[in-house]
Amino acid sequence: MGILEVKDVNKRFGGLKALSDVNLSVKENTVHAIIGPNGAGKSTLLNCLVGKLIPDTGSVMFDGQSVLGRKPYQINQMGISRVFQTPEIFGDLTVMENVMIPLLAKRDGAFRLHAFESVEDETDLRHEAETMLEEVKMLDKRNMHTASMSRGDKRRLEMAMCLIQKPKLLLLDEPTAGMARADTNNTIDLLKEIREKRSITMCIIEHDMHVVFSLADRITVLAQGTPLVEDEPQKIKGHPKVKEAYLGEAA
Amino acid sequence: MLGLGKKDTTLLLIVAALVVFAPFILNPFPGGSGMAQFNAGYPDLMQRFVIFGIFAIGFNILFGLTGYLSFGHAAFLGVGSYSAVWMFKLLSMNVLPAILLAVVFSGLFALLIGYISLRRSGIYFSILTLAFAQMCYALAYSVLTPITGGETGLQLAQDDPRILDAARDSGNLPVPGLFGLEMRSTADLVLGDWVFTFSAGYYFCAVVMLISFYMAIRIFRSPFGMMLRAIKSNQHRLNYTGLNARPYTLAAFVISGMYAGLAGGLMASMDPLAGAERMFWTASGEVVLMTILGGVGTLIGPVLGAGLIKYMENILSKINGDILHSWFAFLPDGLEDFIVTIVYPFIGKGWHLTLGLMFMAVVIFLPGGLVEAGQRIARAVRGRRSDDRKSATTEPAE
Amino acid sequence: MDAIILQILNGLDKGSAYALIALGLTLIFGTLGVVNFAHGALFMIGAFCAVTLSRILTFSHTIIDESRTDFLGNPLKVQVPYVQDFFGEAAGATIIDWAVPLSILFAIPVMILVGVVMERGLIKHFYKRPHADQILVTFGLAIVLQEIIKYFFGANPIPTPAPDAFRGSFDFGVLLGFEANQIIYPYWRLVYFAFAAVIIGGVFAFLQFTTFGMVVRAGMADRETVQLLGINIDKRFTIMFGVAAAVAGLAGVMYVPINPPNYHMGMDFLVLSFVVVVVGGMGSLPGAVLAGFLLGILESFASMKEVIDLVPGINQIIIYLVAILILLTRPRGLMGRKGVMED
Repeated sequence: MGILEVKDVNKRFGGLKALSDVNLSVKENTVHAIIGPNGAGKSTLLNCLVGKLIPDTGSVMFDGQSVLGRKPYQINQMGISRVFQTPEIFGDLTVMENVMIPLLAKRDGAFRLHAFESVEDETDLRHEAETMLEEVKMLDKRNMHTASMSRGDKRRLEMAMCLIQKPKLLLLDEPTAGMARADTNNTIDLLKEIREKRSITMCIIEHDMHVVFSLADRITVLAQGTPLVEDEPQKIKGHPKVKEAYLGEAA
Repeated sequence: MLGLGKKDTTLLLIVAALVVFAPFILNPFPGGSGMAQFNAGYPDLMQRFVIFGIFAIGFNILFGLTGYLSFGHAAFLGVGSYSAVWMFKLLSMNVLPAILLAVVFSGLFALLIGYISLRRSGIYFSILTLAFAQMCYALAYSVLTPITGGETGLQLAQDDPRILDAARDSGNLPVPGLFGLEMRSTADLVLGDWVFTFSAGYYFCAVVMLISFYMAIRIFRSPFGMMLRAIKSNQHRLNYTGLNARPYTLAAFVISGMYAGLAGGLMASMDPLAGAERMFWTASGEVVLMTILGGVGTLIGPVLGAGLIKYMENILSKINGDILHSWFAFLPDGLEDFIVTIVYPFIGKGWHLTLGLMFMAVVIFLPGGLVEAGQRIARAVRGRRSDDRKSATTEPAE
Repeated sequence: MDAIILQILNGLDKGSAYALIALGLTLIFGTLGVVNFAHGALFMIGAFCAVTLSRILTFSHTIIDESRTDFLGNPLKVQVPYVQDFFGEAAGATIIDWAVPLSILFAIPVMILVGVVMERGLIKHFYKRPHADQILVTFGLAIVLQEIIKYFFGANPIPTPAPDAFRGSFDFGVLLGFEANQIIYPYWRLVYFAFAAVIIGGVFAFLQFTTFGMVVRAGMADRETVQLLGINIDKRFTIMFGVAAAVAGLAGVMYVPINPPNYHMGMDFLVLSFVVVVVGGMGSLPGAVLAGFLLGILESFASMKEVIDLVPGINQIIIYLVAILILLTRPRGLMGRKGVMED
């Protein structure tokens, strides 16, 4: 039984069948990659996991509870954090504030009116935030405003914002999309480091094979809305069905 | 001090000093001199400075922190005024219960309107608040006349019950006060040509304003304030961070509605009548102007903006053609007439033109308002000084 | 039945004005993505174009008429408009009488110029800024424009009559087969409605049947793609802004005989027109027109004595009430498209 169980999920947009009978099981403490050519339904699947879309049929269970019909913030409170394709951070706030917010959300829940306490007085949380920033090597930038930072820095900060919540599942949506080779490798190293230091479950959606094969323990190949194969990376390489999906009939 | 950081404490103390010594600071010119008309140190105007300061501080908590632009905030000011006057009529001429009721009522009212309006964001939110405020104005003007006094406004009457106050024999209408201290009572200090007026009403408003300002600082520095800024910055990320934006924005809306109600209550306490025009959408527009002009999202900005606009409204509007001619009398006649003709449209009744142009200039060139202008000047000055000695830069106070 | 028709007719003139202003607002919003709070000021400037032209036409010099005397027995001083000198007495008088319709010719170039200057000089720089900034800067501009008008024309409303031929009312009911004196309707209001219908039809035809209009419609649907095609969309949008300004201006010109213009009439109409746009659906031209007429007629029904007796004050709030209900139940308005201003 995996921590995330997707059962018989279908999703249509008008006449287009985006997902048909998707089954997926992500085991705890593994890195599970979902790959597939463009239009395979990767993003639709991801959006079904985080509450942005609701599947027509089927179920999505996380940690024994259904996520269907819950809002994104409720799903986050259940223990799922998400990294976006383009880093989503609080651009007008400082680096430190960016990591304090998820920390407060983790401690206080979806809403608490602490209007007359001071952020400065939260020494425990500040300490925790600084430790996290140290880990992603951003402590020296803690008072910087984030809007002007490089994309690589933004990505690292976003990762820190997700990790600081100690999520049970970290979803990554093409974490290296649009990155230069060097930045991609840095991100891979960062993710590897995170894996070694903490026991964490990750689900990566990606089409860069280099990234997938350097990180994943298990890979699901999605094509035209259906899972084609699910196996270990070594077995996926050279799998005839995968070749066919990626290169067409001619292969 | 008081749970504030060093920088904020300094700011609060500076504002407190300015407010306490305002009767002196705003009266720099001796009475009878040609410049005396620029004196703003009379109670009526000083009260307006601080009252609209409170209104703008509250508006800034909503717009400055969350970015939700309300175009109907005057409705809460009006509700505050009406509630305060009703308290004077029914309970007592003491201002404390009146102000308390004003804050509570406007808070409840803001809760209702905010709950509905905040289901939409962006321009839709602005239009919804505008529609609500215009509806309140229209209702206060017509159907609700028994409660609001309609066109004439809500006024005190000799035969109001005032159950807590002793019966009065004199034929005069009672005046609002604080445990016997009348709000309109004043004391004059004459120093040579200068006459400084200290008004009980002003100092009462000033104390309330300082408390409001202090609370605004606390809110800005609190985790709540940080969440509000996060909402403005990236609501998408906030949702995926496990936070529900709606109650945060609603809380900000209600708090800023209560600030507006407080301002409305104070207004009624200084002059116990309330009219529907206080709720008209131009009044809502005015507080937007104040906040932007001063510096949106900063602590001191809205107060500065409120002061500037009220100063212009009361002082700039009084200058007329004759005064202009007397100023430029030293110039040759033709040039004098020419300059007066050029300047004339911008003063007196045309002060709104100056206001509009200033406002546009601020939005275009100085999105941070007066505060940003101050920071730029400070940076330029410091830049020149740091050529001599390279000192560590400190962040300019907000 | 006749009462209902009368209310519909009464709603038409206000509805026409709402529809014309909302149409311009939507054109600007749809093409340029700008929320224009100064649009009411354009309506007001149009109205003052009519006032200006009627003043220019009645520009007079004094002559002394020896044949007549005033009550003191002195020769009578008569103001003679220059127009009468140029065109002869009868023709001159007719021209003055027709000042308001003639203002259309005067207002079109003026309004297009005002619109283009506004877009090139100010609005252009705000395409990339947040909607709140656009609202604020155009709000400031609206204040400036109305103060300028106030400076030149004063604060009081300036009555400017319709041509003699259209003054007064006629019995509309008889035309529809009702008894006489059931539905009395002023001529000019009917003229206004017909005029509005022509303008609205013209704008739609222009967008539908010209290549220019096609590009603009494509630009409204997807601005980036059209730019990728190498079409200079910016220039077309500038012209579109001029057209929107002209539409608002013409609405103002013809409204003058119905309501004497004053400097804040623009703001009064703007607030309502925004509500109209939102009800119609942000970015939908047919929605703007539909909602304009709908709300105008609704307002006039709510002003019926029977309705006010039933729900006091409803005539004051009906438009806002409808807007709130629509916004909460159909956030995209009556005919709004998906994805417009939903960030």
